[in-house]
Amino acid sequence: MASIRFTPHLRRYFDLPDTWEVEGPTTVAEVIRKLDAGWPGLAFYITDERGYLRQHVAVWVDGRQVRDRMTLDEPVGPDAKVDILQALSGG
Amino acid sequence: MATTNDRILLGTRKGLIEARKTNGAWRLGPAALPGQPIAYAMRDPRNGSVWASIDHGHWGVKLSRRTTDAGEFAEVEAPKYPESTGAAAKYYWVLAAGHASEPGTFWVGTEPGGLFVTRDDGATWELNEPLWALCKEHQWSGGGREGAGIHSILIDPRDAKHMHVAVSCAGICETRDGGATWRYVNKGLRMDYWPAEEQNKEYGFDPHFVALAPSAPDVLWQSNHCGVYRSADGASTWTEISEKPHAYFGFPITPHPRDANRAWIVPMHSDQNRTTFDGRLFVLRTDDGGKTWREQSQGLPQEGAMDFPYRHGMDASADGETLAFATTSGNAYVSENGGESWQTLSNNLPLVYSLRFA
Repeated sequence: MASIRFTPHLRRYFDLPDTWEVEGPTTVAEVIRKLDAGWPGLAFYITDERGYLRQHVAVWVDGRQVRDRMTLDEPVGPDAKVDILQALSGG
Repeated sequence: MATTNDRILLGTRKGLIEARKTNGAWRLGPAALPGQPIAYAMRDPRNGSVWASIDHGHWGVKLSRRTTDAGEFAEVEAPKYPESTGAAAKYYWVLAAGHASEPGTFWVGTEPGGLFVTRDDGATWELNEPLWALCKEHQWSGGGREGAGIHSILIDPRDAKHMHVAVSCAGICETRDGGATWRYVNKGLRMDYWPAEEQNKEYGFDPHFVALAPSAPDVLWQSNHCGVYRSADGASTWTEISEKPHAYFGFPITPHPRDANRAWIVPMHSDQNRTTFDGRLFVLRTDDGGKTWREQSQGLPQEGAMDFPYRHGMDASADGETLAFATTSGNAYVSENGGESWQTLSNNLPLVYSLRFA
């Protein structure tokens, strides 16, 4: 199972676990869709209405930051570790 | 429009703060939505709900609402641009309760230039496509914000289908059919910042804020990037009422609720400086429809003040006697005699984006 970890800042708005598991292989976009099914509205925090990653949100897959912020079609392997974090903007 | 004289909502960079006058003294309550930047906050005069537009640095823009004074804020469905536009909401700049005859209707002006409406009290939102088509066709540009934005929404109290919106940068747009068709109403305005050959266009203007006189809704007041203006014919034509050096550049303009000849502005030195005049913070009031302006400074700092109110940072109470404004440095002031003298509400707030009487 791929495991998804969240910045604590998101837990202010959603009752998220420390780690959430999802069946891989999949993609970052698909992970966000599944998260939104579990926590309605969460996708709109991570992406805008076009599905683009918000400017100050950072997603990492196995220690590599996702670079294509529009398609989010980065593969997520069966045992991948995904981090959804705030970018460090504003200090 | 305000329904009280003793409750003020402050949308600050760090939460929504309410000032209330109790037992003769103004007190600031604890922040609701603490830590969150509140771009705009207002109370719906029809049902008492308080709406707040939140501009999360990281998580995007959201709407939140409290339906009773004792209740908690809860997130409301956010207005989203339809996929066909290819656009995304960057800022919910202004919120406006619909006409008194349309209880479930609520309007939101946004960057990058879309006007949204809900007819079911925030359950679903619709982009006004005819106005958005104008935005795209004429390539509205940014002013104050990176992209074009709607920051003023005026609903004619006599006719729910008659509205004006102000756009930076495009100007004033009017509809008489509830938003099905729009026209520009910018005659008499100038845009000194564009080349000479652009000056005859119907759009491209930079209104800073526009408000109507509730007692005479054909009277509209406007602070603009290029002066102060008033219209007495429902925005068909605008008359410049600037009085240099002071009454020229600024952001808010606040009409008196009962006297269509009275309004207040807080002047700034210039577009270039964006400070007070010589460190003096003062208000200008007109009682004759903008023919003359009179300085009101008693109780306001007269040295060392550099801060100023943003476009939504000043408001008048229901009776027009109590007036308040708050600034970019988190100073807030209130007057209970139409601006003749002022008292300090706070010198310790975060930057204030909006100030509205409840």
